[in-house]
Amino acid sequence: MIDITNTIGIIAVVTLCTIILRAAPFIVFGSRKTVPAQIAYLGKVLPPAIMVTLVFYCLRNIDFLSVHGWLAEIIASVLVVILHLWKKNILLTVAVSTIAYMLMIQLNVFGSFM
Amino acid sequence: MERFSHFRFAFRQTIPIMLGFLFLGTAFGLMLSDAGYHFLWAFLISMVVYAGSMQFVMVTLFTAGAGLLYTAMMTLFINGRHIFYGLSLVEKFKIMGKSYPYMVFSLTDETYSLLCRTKVPEKLSEKKIMLYMSMLNHSYWVIGSVFGGLAGQLINFDTNGIEFSMTALFIAIVIEQWHEKGNRLSILAGGISSVIFLVLLGADHFIMPSLFFTVGFRLLMKKFDLKGVKFD
Repeated sequence: MIDITNTIGIIAVVTLCTIILRAAPFIVFGSRKTVPAQIAYLGKVLPPAIMVTLVFYCLRNIDFLSVHGWLAEIIASVLVVILHLWKKNILLTVAVSTIAYMLMIQLNVFGSFM
Repeated sequence: MERFSHFRFAFRQTIPIMLGFLFLGTAFGLMLSDAGYHFLWAFLISMVVYAGSMQFVMVTLFTAGAGLLYTAMMTLFINGRHIFYGLSLVEKFKIMGKSYPYMVFSLTDETYSLLCRTKVPEKLSEKKIMLYMSMLNHSYWVIGSVFGGLAGQLINFDTNGIEFSMTALFIAIVIEQWHEKGNRLSILAGGISSVIFLVLLGADHFIMPSLFFTVGFRLLMKKFDLKGVKFD
């Protein structure tokens, strides 16, 4: 049932590509005594921009054409914002909102909308 | 004693990620076992690949019997963002010595965010703390995956929706960064360009163009920053 050769091939390719991507900036800039000012600047200002991009990456499959495609995601995301502004505890925020999201989609809370 | 206080500090910082990784790792292990794979595969993959969202995609590549070229393309698209992580850490990793290769290898989304935001107290060694945090995160991921793989072989558990833990983690981090000085222009730039490219290019292709656009925009803005214009 499992194609062992192809499985190992896929694992090897993904591993290699990921390592190359992670190592690229270090190989290009790592050997210099000082990192170019532009790069140092990017290192300071990019993290927040990447993080917000990742939020959209996680939410990229939201589909506004049907209620099932977005309502649970939006409610859970709003819950994250409220909880985190209120309690400022990442652990609590992640746990509560994830459980809420799982319940909403597993119990099909919005089924009656359709 | 000294080693212990380093470990304890590092462990405390990683607790939120521990929850996320145990959750997501378990979800990955369950998915893989659903596809018919023994839990040792989950262990192997989480040890050597160690890339959250890509591992979920990998399961679909396995079951579809995907070709290696297609696999490489998918990896470049989904993990391409990792190039940008290194840019912010080239300077910081110079102190890492022997653990330098491991730090580069283990630079996942969550580890990256942790390394960027953790302020190490002066009496502790930053080098040790960073290494411990990276290793702890990796171990959570492996433990979660193995647990999920085992559980998948033994019981039936509905994991539908568990992937939201990743979304929640990133949103919470953005909120924390919003409150820190000097981040707001970056957050707005990243958010707006994400929306634009998501609408223009769709869910599968937006992330790299969006990141390139943000980099270009910030480099342009550097001139203004240096002139002392304040945006926050």
